[in-house]
Amino acid sequence: MNSMRVDQHPVLGNMGQRQKLKFVFEGKQFTAYKGDTIASALLASGVRTLRRHEDKGTPKGIYCNIGHCFECRVRVNGQNSVRACLTPVENNMIIESNVSRTMTSRGGKV
Amino acid sequence: MIDLAIVGAGPAGLSAAISAAENGLKVTIIDEFVKPGGRLLGQLHEEPDGKWVNGITEAEKLFKRAIQLGVIIKCGVSVYDLVQLDSGWCLYTTGSSIKAKSLLLATGASETAIPIPGWTLPGVMSVGAAQVMGNVHRVKPGENGMIIGVNVLSVAIARELQLCGVNIKGIILPQPSLIFGNASNPEKNMESLLRLAHLAPSPLIRFGGKLVNPKLGARLYPKNGFKMWGIPIQLRKAAIEILGDNQVDGVRIADITATGEIVPGTEKVVPVDFVCIAGGLTPLSELAAVAGCSFRHIPQLGGHIPLHNERMQTNLKGLYVAGNITGVESAKVAMAQGKVAGLSIAAQRKTSSNRMDNQIQEAIENVKETRRKALIQFQPGIEDARSQLYHTFNEYSEAKVSI
Repeated sequence: MNSMRVDQHPVLGNMGQRQKLKFVFEGKQFTAYKGDTIASALLASGVRTLRRHEDKGTPKGIYCNIGHCFECRVRVNGQNSVRACLTPVENNMIIESNVSRTMTSRGGKV
Repeated sequence: MIDLAIVGAGPAGLSAAISAAENGLKVTIIDEFVKPGGRLLGQLHEEPDGKWVNGITEAEKLFKRAIQLGVIIKCGVSVYDLVQLDSGWCLYTTGSSIKAKSLLLATGASETAIPIPGWTLPGVMSVGAAQVMGNVHRVKPGENGMIIGVNVLSVAIARELQLCGVNIKGIILPQPSLIFGNASNPEKNMESLLRLAHLAPSPLIRFGGKLVNPKLGARLYPKNGFKMWGIPIQLRKAAIEILGDNQVDGVRIADITATGEIVPGTEKVVPVDFVCIAGGLTPLSELAAVAGCSFRHIPQLGGHIPLHNERMQTNLKGLYVAGNITGVESAKVAMAQGKVAGLSIAAQRKTSSNRMDNQIQEAIENVKETRRKALIQFQPGIEDARSQLYHTFNEYSEAKVSI
């Protein structure tokens, strides 16, 4: 979905050629540009839901985009609670929704 | 141990680093964002003379100057604790810990959320989030959006999103019962918008800026709003609910009266694929609280403010503040304040001289001058509120000395 990219801009100018990176989110392969955060790369690919609420299961995406709200937390290369909006995409990154598969947030087994 | 650690690589932090380093101090800046510049990065606006100010270029200038002076800038690092030492401060970060003789908090501001039903759906974000997506990451937050919250920030960002090729279907008020204060009151919103009068294509608003009082403006105001750059600004409509199952697909809105009551039977749904919430800014001061700083609640400055004086010193030894943590104002004011902080820290660390004192006085005057000329004043009464705060600081210090 290249149409979500603002490659041309009347005041800020054009983005030009950027290095492409590959990453995986929830088992699916995506492409990012160098300089993308996980949040911007996924939004540009049309992915809005980054995780589900631990108890209610409701979908969650970015909210503040500058690291304050922690709504965009995901698991990156096995590490939990990484903020997608502050983390640059690296080649071959494995990103997952930040839901523990064995425990709920209250500590009970699913 | 370095001379000065600064938290925040925005306009205030970078400017402070520059003037401190120019006076021979060893400075390290820490910022949790991926690149330096803070909220300068998203900014893009037209000055009264028609020239565009691009925050990205402004940030680059500051960054380059700082690097030239040997300032170390660490991005992608978060600070989670501060401990006062005998001879300075220790910062615990997600990288290594840092010890510094002086510490400047230039953490800026955060946006206030407005919890409209449906606000946690993917596709709902703060208006600043959309700004960063569009102008910094160069990704559209969506194709068709609505902004909830009418203020100078939301109007300016609506224009920026439009330049990114995004269609803004309207800027409207939040449902009156949801928030305290004036964010749902058309008359109050008119007052703040009048400050952007020079940019308004609508004669009503342009004249309003000079002649019409806000009360009258809000009453005269056409029920369907007016347009700036083709974007409908509707002070007589409010968002009741954000709709969607897995992501935003619309907003339920209704008409409101001049004083902010919902008109029954006027509800309708506007289809959009994203929504921005513009609840205004509040100083981001957690680290000052962690440090043990005293606070005052000052509505004109946007919330709880660490107690400080005109030289940007807090009531804790070696701890300084600058920029929006001291009150919500424009980036230009933040830069001017940063300079004051950098100089007064340098004066503290080195032997203070008359020359230095003069420089500091000059920098303090420059802050006031910049404030007077500011295009965007977030709240009325900033200067008076600040004088009051400095007065409180002096009383507080004298009281402590007399004990």
